[in-house]
Amino acid sequence: MCLAVPAVVLQINLDRTALVDILGVQRVVALDLLPQAVVGDYVLVHAGFAIELISAETAEETLAFFAEFPELAEGL
Amino acid sequence: MSVSEQIVMAHGSGSTMMRELIDEYFLSVYGSAELAQGNDSACLKLATPTTELAFTTDSYVVTPLFFAGGDIGRLAVSGTVNDLATSGATPLYLSLAFIMEEGLPLSELRLICQSIAQTAAEAQVSIVTGDTKVVPRGKGDKVYINTAGIGVFLSQRPLSGANCQPGDKILLSGTLGDHGITIVSARENLNFSTNIVSDVAPLNHLVAKVLQAAPATRCFRDPTRGGLAATINELAAQSATSMTIEESLVPVNPAVQGAAEMLGYDIYQIANEGKMVAIVPAEQATAALAAMRTDEHGKNAAIIGEVSGPPASGLPAAWVRTPFGSTRVLDMLVGEQLPRIC
Amino acid sequence: MSDLSTDTLLPDSTRKPLQLDGYRELQLPDSTRKPQQQDGYRELQQPDSTRNTQQIDGYRDPQLVARLLQRIEQLTERIKASQATKLPAVQPATHPSTLRLMEVCGTHTMAIARYGLRSLLPPEIKLLSGPGCPVCVTANSDIDRIIALTRIDRLTVAIFGDMLRVPGSSTSLAERRAAGASVEVVYSPLDALQFAKEHPEQQVVFIAVGFETTAPIIAQTLLRAAEQRLANFSLLSALKQVPPALAALLQDPRLALDGLILPGHVSTILGLQAYQFIATDYQMPAVVTGFEPVDILAGITALLEQVNAKQEGQVVAIGNAYHRAVRENGNPEAQSSIQQVFASQDSVWRGLGLIPQSGLALRPEYRDYDAEQRFQLDVEPTVEPRGCRCGDVLRGIITPPECPHFGISCTPSQPLGACMVSSEGSCAAYYRYGIQFA
Repeated sequence: MCLAVPAVVLQINLDRTALVDILGVQRVVALDLLPQAVVGDYVLVHAGFAIELISAETAEETLAFFAEFPELAEGL
Repeated sequence: MSVSEQIVMAHGSGSTMMRELIDEYFLSVYGSAELAQGNDSACLKLATPTTELAFTTDSYVVTPLFFAGGDIGRLAVSGTVNDLATSGATPLYLSLAFIMEEGLPLSELRLICQSIAQTAAEAQVSIVTGDTKVVPRGKGDKVYINTAGIGVFLSQRPLSGANCQPGDKILLSGTLGDHGITIVSARENLNFSTNIVSDVAPLNHLVAKVLQAAPATRCFRDPTRGGLAATINELAAQSATSMTIEESLVPVNPAVQGAAEMLGYDIYQIANEGKMVAIVPAEQATAALAAMRTDEHGKNAAIIGEVSGPPASGLPAAWVRTPFGSTRVLDMLVGEQLPRIC
Repeated sequence: MSDLSTDTLLPDSTRKPLQLDGYRELQLPDSTRKPQQQDGYRELQQPDSTRNTQQIDGYRDPQLVARLLQRIEQLTERIKASQATKLPAVQPATHPSTLRLMEVCGTHTMAIARYGLRSLLPPEIKLLSGPGCPVCVTANSDIDRIIALTRIDRLTVAIFGDMLRVPGSSTSLAERRAAGASVEVVYSPLDALQFAKEHPEQQVVFIAVGFETTAPIIAQTLLRAAEQRLANFSLLSALKQVPPALAALLQDPRLALDGLILPGHVSTILGLQAYQFIATDYQMPAVVTGFEPVDILAGITALLEQVNAKQEGQVVAIGNAYHRAVRENGNPEAQSSIQQVFASQDSVWRGLGLIPQSGLALRPEYRDYDAEQRFQLDVEPTVEPRGCRCGDVLRGIITPPECPHFGISCTPSQPLGACMVSSEGSCAAYYRYGIQFA
């Protein structure tokens, strides 16, 4: 029900939109649902809108965590 | 735009205006000796006598007419050249017929013709006969082009998709999806921009190089409409084999992947206009790959899969092995490829 | 590969329910503004494409997938062993040798099919597809209303591509378009707005189909239309809400499930709070997860942890395996957009019937933009496709191959019901990716 892709914010425009980049594809998306987004943020894009911030740090931490998984689990 | 700057009905009526159009836009730009003769048919000599010819035709209706990396003119020559090349023939002669809509800017026609000339020169083919028609405004989509082509088998027997055998390797000459995504991005209502350009190109020289290095190549096929999925399904059906693509080996430009992810498109179903699939016996696959890579249009060529025995009754014949080791069906496009939100 | 030992993991009854085995809640960073920001126009930044690639590729890493699969196998064994040795504390929902997990969201169904995940999971795990395909659950009568719009002169219907080929009682939008009706496929509702601006002579009706991921986007589009006083734009709402459908599913006595895989992107909007009732009222293990292979398997891992914990007598809680995008409270801006423009109403779901307060309708103050108020619709009588088992598929009662029409009288090119034609319908996923053959 929800095809959304991660994109990085390149530029914020004055009309509540932003230019974002998805692996080299650029599109203007609406920021009405994410007014706090800033350049450099990672956002989820669905149907032309940014719908949520993706925490890049969390993303990286989660991946690093899984990389040590399940040895890590044994320690719990 | 004034009347003198666009196509009008008179350009198709057999009048002096048509004559002038042909001379100024077609003959002087991409014409050949045969075309200049102005006969109703071109009488062609073949350098060496032959009893087998390759013959193909295609019509081109692409919108928009101009896109990054090409236009309808380049497409019209490349498409027919490539169809001839896939059967192992050396393309020689093309026909080229225009159906133009009243109102088509002459400046656009000129650019298209220049593109035709350039592409024909690249492919080393001649445009030897043609036709010019004009339809009233609203009855055509700016311009349609039909090309037909003749090729000969110089050192090669005709190739066929039926020749594929279990154990053969599947080669792909480069990145998937470039053309389709370029067209989609040029359509205004999808509103995205990329640095992707269409791969539209004549590939007869690439095919010749591969055949030189790997003469036992079973066949070639260009994955145009319906993408790689259509090609693999067709080849498997023609040869009563199964084919499996290794997803991790398929070359894809990251921006193409990004666009496909955003729109929900399947990379395997996106059209390509400058790519070749080759089915090559395993012992010649490395040589074939090396030959592909020497060609300007084959720099990113890769071996992407393998042919195996016929599918068990009721089972599909075309598969993808994911990077995780699972396999799933390589399905064909049903209907048109549309952006989705789900 | 790695040298993991499998002689692991004794059950630790001191662990709190949310602290799932091997999987911890991660701290979310504070999204404060970076120093160089100024109001208004900001500097163009070169994309850090390596990081962006990692967002996708990192979560498709085959090594991580393999590790998670190993973990899933361990957990499955443990659950089986545990089931065999004691009487379950709660009524067993399912056959003892199968763990039945439902992926609610259609996009999950497609992702699972595309990556071939079913065939990689232990055979004891059975994944069922649920009613989370907004196109699949749109009732025939709603499709017929959209078709009725296409018969109105000088009116363009703007839709998402997913809707184009769905059959109504007698025809589809694709067929109507071929017959000359003005049907515009859009990627974003803003594209429909743009179309309306560029074609003032046409009435443009945007068909609002989707769940809570899409509803706020449509709400914002409508607010823009109102702000710009766009007279030739209106919308027809067939929007639905996920939590009421989950409640309806959970209340169904025929349902036999061990756990729910909750939708990732609906959850970015609603947050975890919307699903608390699943744990408190139904004690059903449930985990929110994303759509990459690592996400899905991490979600299944967390879900199995919960199933195991529940078997051990522990309290069930909603899990989050999509931390980087889903927060406890979701996106408040988006939620208030929905509330500003839409109100809950009863809605008929294909296959599930009427679910109270499960749809979204335009509030009275936006009546002017309601296509059903603006236009007189001449709707044909609703005819349900005979023998179509979409309903049972949507409830996870049968799998697509178990439907007598599957592959015979119902194929993607000649679909009988929405589950086959929708881009993420269960039947389409099974057929296209050959799940039954894997």
